[in-house]
Amino acid sequence: MNLQRRYWRDRIMLGLVILASLVVLTPLLIVIWYVVSQGISALNLDFFTKDLGSPTRVRFGQPTGLAQAIAGTFFIDMAALVMAVPVGIGAGMMLAEYKEHPLNPLLRVLNDTMNGMPAILKGLLVFTLVVRPSGTFSGFAGSLALGIVMLPIIARATEGALTLVPWSIREAGLALGLPRWRVILAAVLPVARPGLVTGVLIAFARAAGEAAPLLLTSLGNNFLPRNAWNPLEYLTKAADTLPQRLYSLAVSPYEEWHAMGWAAGIILLALVIVVFLVGRLLTRRSR
Amino acid sequence: MRITTRTGSRWGDRAFLTILTIFGLSVVAIAVLMAWTLGRDALGPLERFGFFGFLTGTRWDPVSGTFGAWPFLLGTLITSVAALALSFLPALGLAILSAEYAPKWLATAIDYIVDLLAAIPSVVLGIWGILVLAPALRDSVYRPIVAWATENAPSQLAWLGNPTGYGLVTATLVLALMIVPYTTALARDAIRLVPAEQREAAWGLGATRWEVLRMAVLPYARGGIAAGAVLSFGRALGETMAVAMLIGNSARLPLTLFGPASTMPSVIVNEFREAVNTLHLNSLLAIGFYLFLISLVVNLGAAWIQRRLVPGNTGL
Repeated sequence: MNLQRRYWRDRIMLGLVILASLVVLTPLLIVIWYVVSQGISALNLDFFTKDLGSPTRVRFGQPTGLAQAIAGTFFIDMAALVMAVPVGIGAGMMLAEYKEHPLNPLLRVLNDTMNGMPAILKGLLVFTLVVRPSGTFSGFAGSLALGIVMLPIIARATEGALTLVPWSIREAGLALGLPRWRVILAAVLPVARPGLVTGVLIAFARAAGEAAPLLLTSLGNNFLPRNAWNPLEYLTKAADTLPQRLYSLAVSPYEEWHAMGWAAGIILLALVIVVFLVGRLLTRRSR
Repeated sequence: MRITTRTGSRWGDRAFLTILTIFGLSVVAIAVLMAWTLGRDALGPLERFGFFGFLTGTRWDPVSGTFGAWPFLLGTLITSVAALALSFLPALGLAILSAEYAPKWLATAIDYIVDLLAAIPSVVLGIWGILVLAPALRDSVYRPIVAWATENAPSQLAWLGNPTGYGLVTATLVLALMIVPYTTALARDAIRLVPAEQREAAWGLGATRWEVLRMAVLPYARGGIAAGAVLSFGRALGETMAVAMLIGNSARLPLTLFGPASTMPSVIVNEFREAVNTLHLNSLLAIGFYLFLISLVVNLGAAWIQRRLVPGNTGL
């Protein structure tokens, strides 16, 4: 093949690669631009302080907002974190620090499989285990489902972060006569902390955007509970969350609700972006 | 004194490992519970219609109590395969740009944007699809094509379908958009793992940049890229919200291009609240059970490809 033709092929391929990249990035950036430009007008004080109520409220121009979804998201996601973080970090620790443990091969395969399982199946699992026997949809069931979404991500990230810690640190601890568990908690964990926090944040971002499992477990609720600051009011009854509310608003027939749906989209996007920025800051500082 | 600290530490070690084992076992337990509970609830419909009979039944009619999952299985496979086919090459292009061509600052920026895009919640893409993309496609693509076909090729109308904007093509497009950052991130990581010597050898033979890629880099990264594509396929299979919002939700066989259809996750989420009858609800759970089985096979398949085809990976 002559040289000129090879050079041309090289250039054409570079062109194709750039074209492919634009094909990927443009529509997704357009989506973000749409969400922000359509939703910004609905982001006012009422959005954060009033609950949604029935559709008549918006048609008669009364103030509505998504306070019940914001509060519900906060409490349900926090409860999910409380359940998933210790178990996930523990499982990750076992994978990374006790490599010889006989449970590990099975644990690793099942953890990766659970990570790849559709989130809706995690919702169905909690539905059959908790909602069906108890006879009621509840925020707690929702946080259990989200916890199952977070768990394998946290375990995987923990394993990765702990594996990066050099063995010399463990050897130094063991040489001082510390037992293995003290070495792990006092010497390995602090070194790996930025990685652990980043993993937890990514798991949180992933779970906070999930709507499907919540539709099957916490269902949704248009109203703020009477005592809006009491987490139990959300966890024991059907409760609202932003992604599931965004879905209901988007498929509703009301213009005003569509605008609030876009605004809920802004909040979810902002959440993801903030989580990523914090994670990046943490990993950069540790280097 | 020395003996007490030693026994104390041994007890500490034992207790610590016990706690970790309990945590590890709970991950295992969740996976087992998922298979068991879904299987148990699926038992009713499966006994009634048969293991394969349920899967291949083409009628899904809650009113008469006939449940067959074939329309949804077909809808899931069509949308996922088409979405992967649409998104694979562009994703590979972006991965190559970031891993091979781009200067460091640009590569960092692309990586960051791709990771961020992969984390966009699917409902956010869904609301864009339902309020912007679907009406736009209906008015400027589907309706003109159907209008043209009515004039010139009426025999083709049967497979074009009703151009409401909500149907197979719209759902597939958004699904492709949704998995493309994910495929990109996995392909990029696979390409980054290719050792520098591999490239240098090709450069040393006087290869152009594209030839280096084609001869040295892509063959080496093949396994990782393939495993990533399979994982993306698995993600497309289970994607629920964006598809449920855009596919039009019909329990008929997905035989038309623009017309409504359903996928396995979308039918679960759409009919869930209306399923008052136990057989109907259990049939939805049975669909979940099959989705679990398919997803299991896909994920184990990806792990297998990773182990077999990635050089230097010894199977740990």
